[in-house]
Formats: sequence, structure tokens, C-alpha cells
Amino acid sequence: MSTTQNILRPAPRTGTAPTESIPWVRYALSALALLIIALFLILPLVAVLFEAFREGVGAYVDAITDPYTGHAILLTLITALTCVPLNTLFGIAAAWCIARFQFPGRSLLTTLIDLPFSVSPVIAGLVFILIFGSQGWFGGWFAAHGFPIIFALPGIVLATMFVTLPFVARELIPLMQEQGSEQEEASIMLGASAWRMFWTITLPRIKWGLLYGVILCNARAMGEFGAVSVVSGHIRGATNTLPLHVEILYNEYQFSAAFAVATLLAGLAIVTLIIKSIVEWRQQRQWENASS
Amino acid sequence: MQTSRLGLLSGKPVFSTLLLGALGVTSLTSTFAQAEEIQLLNASYDPTRELYQDYNPLFSQWYKQQTGDDVTIEQSHGGSGKQARSVIDGLPADVVTLALGYDIDAIADRTGKVAEDWQSAFPHHSAPYTSTIVFLVRKGNPKGIQDWDDLTRDGVEVITPNPKTSGGARWNFLAAWIYVLKRELGDLGKLDDPQYADEVKAAKAAAETYVGNLYRHVPVLDSGARGATNTFVQRGLGDVLLAWENEAFLATQELGKDQFDIVVPSVSILAEPPVAVVEGNVKNKGEAAEKAAHAYLEHLYSPEAQALAAAHYYRPVDPEAAHPQDLARFPDLELHSVNEVFGSWRDAQKTYFDDGGVFDQIYQP
Repeated sequence: MSTTQNILRPAPRTGTAPTESIPWVRYALSALALLIIALFLILPLVAVLFEAFREGVGAYVDAITDPYTGHAILLTLITALTCVPLNTLFGIAAAWCIARFQFPGRSLLTTLIDLPFSVSPVIAGLVFILIFGSQGWFGGWFAAHGFPIIFALPGIVLATMFVTLPFVARELIPLMQEQGSEQEEASIMLGASAWRMFWTITLPRIKWGLLYGVILCNARAMGEFGAVSVVSGHIRGATNTLPLHVEILYNEYQFSAAFAVATLLAGLAIVTLIIKSIVEWRQQRQWENASS
Repeated sequence: MQTSRLGLLSGKPVFSTLLLGALGVTSLTSTFAQAEEIQLLNASYDPTRELYQDYNPLFSQWYKQQTGDDVTIEQSHGGSGKQARSVIDGLPADVVTLALGYDIDAIADRTGKVAEDWQSAFPHHSAPYTSTIVFLVRKGNPKGIQDWDDLTRDGVEVITPNPKTSGGARWNFLAAWIYVLKRELGDLGKLDDPQYADEVKAAKAAAETYVGNLYRHVPVLDSGARGATNTFVQRGLGDVLLAWENEAFLATQELGKDQFDIVVPSVSILAEPPVAVVEGNVKNKGEAAEKAAHAYLEHLYSPEAQALAAAHYYRPVDPEAAHPQDLARFPDLELHSVNEVFGSWRDAQKTYFDDGGVFDQIYQP
């Protein structure tokens, strides 16, 4: 591997870390960290599971197999399956642009990509209502042509895309900047087409970072509440995603059912975490292989 | 019969169009009357969830017997003001069953999708059931709350949603207002009598003081009635919940009779949650859907539906139809309507709840 990467590697861990000289600091910090994790991560998860099964396994199964729940799952999957690939493509393209080229407005573009992180999701939803609502700028036209955006699937997808836009790009930009473009330039000089360069040089080098971004993007796409809530219209069996369905059930005093559906989302989060850990581990190993 | 808001999701509309096209050829030669499949969307407010869950299958079954058409009804629930806003912004609701007349007026004014005179389309000002505002308190009534005056005592926390977004909250506000007018004037007939103008003016000032004081006892303003109920019931905040009578009954039934008591004040408001067909939306679905939408609301006045409304703690406009046991649950109290005290919902909205109105002047968080 190139020497630049070796220079950029963190120094191998030798000697003692500052805290190791005072054992009680280390224990106190570890205990605090564990306590916080238990309080803020484990306890809520246990509470969700406990509430979900409070009325027995039968009630749990009923809640999960309810047709409205099924539709909410389907809608959530469709939304994620639409948003994630599109935002992956966008993320790669944007990261490529920003990491490989110098052009006027480059830092502006970087800032704009971060915009969805800094805007409240509710505002994001309201903006789409302003644009595509039937009193909005273009909403009347779309509705008149039989293609409503707001309170329909396209609105939900748009809002979700907006809030999940930065995830892939944010993951790739620093990675690609750090990797540099020497290998890509070499491949071009050796006569590879741009397409071949992308598949054989760029993609293998960014694949774990990319996957990591995709996982985060997917987790948010499936879990988004605020922006989707504004544009959904809350029609059961039509425009109700999983997080919205949890809220509806809760508001109908069906607490066990609400938490049962919430376990689906929690399960999804856990699967995401496991995949994420595997990806991180693979990424780490790739680094180590590359540097040795 | 348009619909699938998930047009992208299901290939069904395309498929059924093809199928209809194919049938079209054969139907030229046969006089076979085909049953329509109609889908309607009812945009409603929070506390009606349980009522329409039961009413929808009742109506579908009845309508099928009458016409042979299959009607499925989708539901959307939320704060009444928010639901009206959604319909204005394009929520394709075919009927609206909201908490108060003004929200339907708003749809009519801003979109023209509801007829101006919607209130005369169905009997009883298009309100097939009524309700009122009562107090829900913790079991045993530890703060000893008996009437409106007790709500502004020191140390009493009152839960009521935001009148800007919630229909129920506006009823709460006006009910409190009516109570003070009644207390000060004795006879609400004086309101329209120029001879008592000074007395009425003093009573209104007293009402403003009282209601302003009342909102200083509200620790959190939820956006909808159901949210406020959950705040009181689930999160355990507050000493008294100003609630729809039906919501108060439901909370005690669903969440344990041993936790809450209902306190009935001496005077309250006659809440008339109205219904209307959103002509501008349903006409796109064709004549059969329009007919079904009208029948859907008309049928709310049928004896079966009236009995159902009473079972769900709404006061039926036709008490004869309701089960006597259900009727016995409704306490007798002095009720006054919005039209009687405030002229109309439009006037009340403008004076009290629009930007810069009385609520904005007296509510300082």
C-alpha cells in the first residue's frame, strides 16, 4: 500500500495511557459508562419488551399479524427500499465530487449536504407541504394530474429522502479524501476506463465505509417519525408507517400492541447494530491488512 | 373509485382497469349490474376512534344490503384543527367528522371543497351526536374539585390541550367562559338585551380574568385532546383534566375505574361535533362514491348508529334509540350552545382563538 496511508495510520498503542496510572479513575469512568448504557439503552429496551408481552404471547402475535401492522411494515420497507438506493447513489456521486475535484462552491456543497442534519424534521415536512400541498406551489398541478404527493407515498418517500440524505455522503467524504486519488490516477494511466476504475479500484476501497453509511441511512429511513408524520395524513392501511403506527396504537389505549409493534423497530435497530459491528470489525481488519 | 394513495405500491388499479376494460366488451351484450367497490376516507378528530371503528363495519354491512356496493372506510385521526389543516393541504378525505363547526368552515372558506351551507345538509346542524365538557379527577377527588371555581385554587394543576390546534380545547375554553357569564349574570338572556350592556361588559371582564387565571394553572398544553388525556392518565400529570364527556368516560372505562372519578360542573357547554361531505374530493371518485359518502353521514342518524353513539358515551340526538342503561350514564347538567352565547362558531373563533384574539392576550406561558 502507499506510503501516505502508512503515515496517516494512528500510532501503535505502546506504553501506558494517562488514566492507567490511577486505577480508580479507570474503574470510576468504566462504571459510569456502564451505568449510562444500562440506564439509557438497556432499560428502555427491557421496558419495551416487558410492555409488549404484558398481555401474553397471544396478544403480541395478534398485534404483529394485524393487517394494519402488516401494511405499515410493507410501507416502511417500500420507503426504505426507495430511499436507501437513491441516497446511496447520491452519496457516492457527491463524495466523489467533493473528494476528487476542486471547484468553486465545493465547501458550499459540503455544507448543504449537512443541512438535513441541522434542520428539524418537522420543518422538513412542512416545507414539502408548502411546496406540494394542494395550497402549495406545485401541489395543485400534481393533484390535478392524478398524482398526489402529500398525504401519499411520494410525500413520505420525499420526506424520508430529505432526512436521510447526508448519511452515505458524510461517511464517504472523509474516507475518500484520506485515501487520495493516486491509485485511481494510476489505473487511468494504465488504460482502464472510468467505469473499470470505479469497479476495481474505487469501490473495493470504500466498500466498508459505504456499507456503514447505507446501514445508518436505512436505520433512519425506517425509523423516521417527525418529517413523515407531517406529510403522512395518518390514514390507516394507506399512509401509516411503522413509527406512526406505534403512535396510533398508543393513542388508542392499545398499549401492549403499541409496544409489540415497537419491538419490531427495536429488533430492526438491534440487527442494524450487529451488522454495523461486523462492518466496523471488517473495516478495521482491512486497515490493518493494508498497513502491514 | 380512484384511490390507492399508494399508487406506486399496488399494481391493483392498473390491473383492475385492464379487467374493467375487458369486461367492458362483454358488458355491452349483457345487462349485468356490477356492484361497485368504493373506498372512502373519513378524517376525524381524536376521541372518535373507537366510535368509528364500530360504526364503519355497521355502515358497510347496511349499505351492502341496500345497494349491493362494497364500501370500505379508511380512518385518519388527529387534533380537529390539524385534521382540517390537512384537508386544506390536500388530504383526500371524502367526509370529515370533526370536533367543531369552525374547522369545517375553515375547509369551506379556504378550498371551497365543502359547501358553504354544509351545516344544513344534515339534521340537528349536521351534528348527529353531542357531548359536553366535564372534569376528570384522580380517584377520591383529593383536591375536592366540585365546580369551575375550584380549578383556579392554589396548588391545582389543570390539563387541557392547546385551543389553537385542538377542537376539544376550544370547547373547554368556551365552557369556562360560559360558566363565568352565567355566574355573573344569572340569566344568559341578558347577553342580547341592550338594557344590561354594562352588566354584560363586567361579566365578560370577569370571564377574561377567570379564564386567564385558569390557563396559569395549566402546566402543559398538548396539541390534541387524546394527547392531553394521555398526559393526565399515563404520565400522571395534573389534578384535573378538562375533557370531553365521552373521553372522560372512555378513560375511566379503559384505564381502570379505580383510578379516576368524573366530576360534573354546574354549567357546561353543549358540544356539537359536526359532520360534512367533502364534495370537492369525493366527486372525483364518481357518483357511486358520492352517494355512499352522503349515506355514510345520513346513516349516523339511524337508530342503530344512535345506539352505538350512546354506547360510546356520545349523547345521541335521538335518545329513543339508545339503550336506557347507556342513557342513564349521562348526568343532567345545565348546557348552553355556542350559537346561544357566542352567536356562531365563526364569531367565537374570530374573537377568542384567531391570532391576537382573547386567548393570545390572556395566555402567557
